[in-house]
Amino acid sequence: MSNLRLDQQQLVNWIKPNSKVLDLGCGNGELLAYLAKHKQVQGYGLEIDDANVVSCIEKGVNVIQRDIDAGLSEFEKDFFDYVILSQTIQAVRSPEKTLSEMLRVGCKGIVTLPNLGHWRIRMQMGLGGKTPLTAEFPHSWYDTPNIHVCTIDDFENFCQNKNVKIVRKKAFGSSHKSGLLIDTFPNVFATTAVYKLCRNCPDEKPE
Amino acid sequence: MLDPFPVNSVGLVAPQSLVIDTEISLESGKKLQSYEIAYETYGQLNADKSNAILVCHALSGHQHAAGYHTREDKKAGWWETCIGPDKPIDTNHFFVVCPNNIGGCHGSSGPSSINPKNNRLYGPDFPVVTVKDWVKSQAQISDALGIDQWLAVVGGSLGGMQALQWAIDYPDRLKYSVALAAAPKLSAQNIAFNEVARQAIMSDPDFFDGHYAEHDKTPRQGLMLARMLGHITYLSDDMMRDKFGRELREGKLNFGFDVDFQVESYLRYQGRSFVDKFDANTYLLMTKALDYFDPAADYNDSLISTFQQARAKFFIASFSSDWRFPPERSREIANALLYAGKEVTYAEFEVAEGHDAFLLPIEKYINTFHAYMKRIASESELI
Repeated sequence: MSNLRLDQQQLVNWIKPNSKVLDLGCGNGELLAYLAKHKQVQGYGLEIDDANVVSCIEKGVNVIQRDIDAGLSEFEKDFFDYVILSQTIQAVRSPEKTLSEMLRVGCKGIVTLPNLGHWRIRMQMGLGGKTPLTAEFPHSWYDTPNIHVCTIDDFENFCQNKNVKIVRKKAFGSSHKSGLLIDTFPNVFATTAVYKLCRNCPDEKPE
Repeated sequence: MLDPFPVNSVGLVAPQSLVIDTEISLESGKKLQSYEIAYETYGQLNADKSNAILVCHALSGHQHAAGYHTREDKKAGWWETCIGPDKPIDTNHFFVVCPNNIGGCHGSSGPSSINPKNNRLYGPDFPVVTVKDWVKSQAQISDALGIDQWLAVVGGSLGGMQALQWAIDYPDRLKYSVALAAAPKLSAQNIAFNEVARQAIMSDPDFFDGHYAEHDKTPRQGLMLARMLGHITYLSDDMMRDKFGRELREGKLNFGFDVDFQVESYLRYQGRSFVDKFDANTYLLMTKALDYFDPAADYNDSLISTFQQARAKFFIASFSSDWRFPPERSREIANALLYAGKEVTYAEFEVAEGHDAFLLPIEKYINTFHAYMKRIASESELI
């Protein structure tokens, strides 16, 4: 588990064994390698970067070299049990299109995102007057791949407007700590949030 | 003279041959009672015969995939960039076999070999063979070599099509299928180019309906034109622009119909040098094998059903500037494999070199291909 990021450590608990998983922007394949080993999932990763593709191959992860922004239209409806978008939504060209496509090709979607509403960021912006630099947002304004950053509240409103049901969520701080403050005011105290989403799932009640 | 050979070359190699005495029924309904196969091997077969890789050649390829036949050879085998110690198909771990396909003209039975039935050249009477037939004959070759299961069957272009056909026809006889710059079938445009190539050969006055050898002739002009045309489709527009632009051979226009531009001189050279080492009837056969390739035709035209019974793991790769078999065609293969529930890795390389890229030392391609071959070696506990 140690090689997984905190948000990934959270989301693996939500994935049922032996399921079919698509990881969008799968990076070096760490998550899929973990899921294959511990949950026996049939996993595929989508990744555009040549070096990451090589890392996936080295881990025995099945990777499809493709740009998420080029679309998932080649994938069939409901083919996957889960489609994961971990720490990637902020870098896609159209989060709206990507979210709707992931819930078309997968029965469930799992999204993890860095929270722009965290108090440290508010301080840097509000008091310092500078583009924030934090562990979750480590890039300078001029070289960031993050083009669609949002707060926890933004994302949840967005899901509501798009009729996407949030069936589970978990918010936590930078050292994976949860606590009363984070649970009560996640938009201020959480650095990262993890969501399990679905399109039309009458059987799934919010947990 | 190359002495010593480069360290990462398999070095001096010798062509081998074997005779298959088992009758083979071809897709056309015709049969060959026996046939000869020319092949080469590189590396060492291990004790349990679990490290054997079959390399399938493309349209104008042959068994000489790597190394040198003599110390005087200036050029190594056609896939020297990928076969050898510490290369993607690493001969430190793998035992590599590359046969010349039947119908070929480099030592295997084909139009330019003798028909044992009448002791005359086959010429145009050599039966039309298909990718399926080749794979069937390669299975007979495997039997003859005592290899029950290939660790991997690997090829580019037409060679990649054979690697796919293997996984469909002999699911238990290979563990991995590697198809580079291939397609699930030819498009109308692909077939059109092949037809122009064939017409160029057949309309040459020295063709004699394929019986040119009996007249002591070769349809040189036709075969040269066919190769020139083919060559254009192997390169990309960008690459031709980079390599030749509109450069003039003599620095001025000649206002005639001889060579003005460098690209013309290059194509003529490619065409001429091809004529000396390739047989026109074989060229006709090979282009037909390409045209006929359509494994899904046996499965209601569903590529997904076609791959259903396959048991191999797949590596599919394509090159962005390849307009002969562009990335979309490889994506069709990769998607069908995914929907058939197979393990598939798909790589797409942003390169300028066109269809021929799979033969060239392009770093990102070589790195990824090498990583996949290493995965094969490590999953099979060879490293």
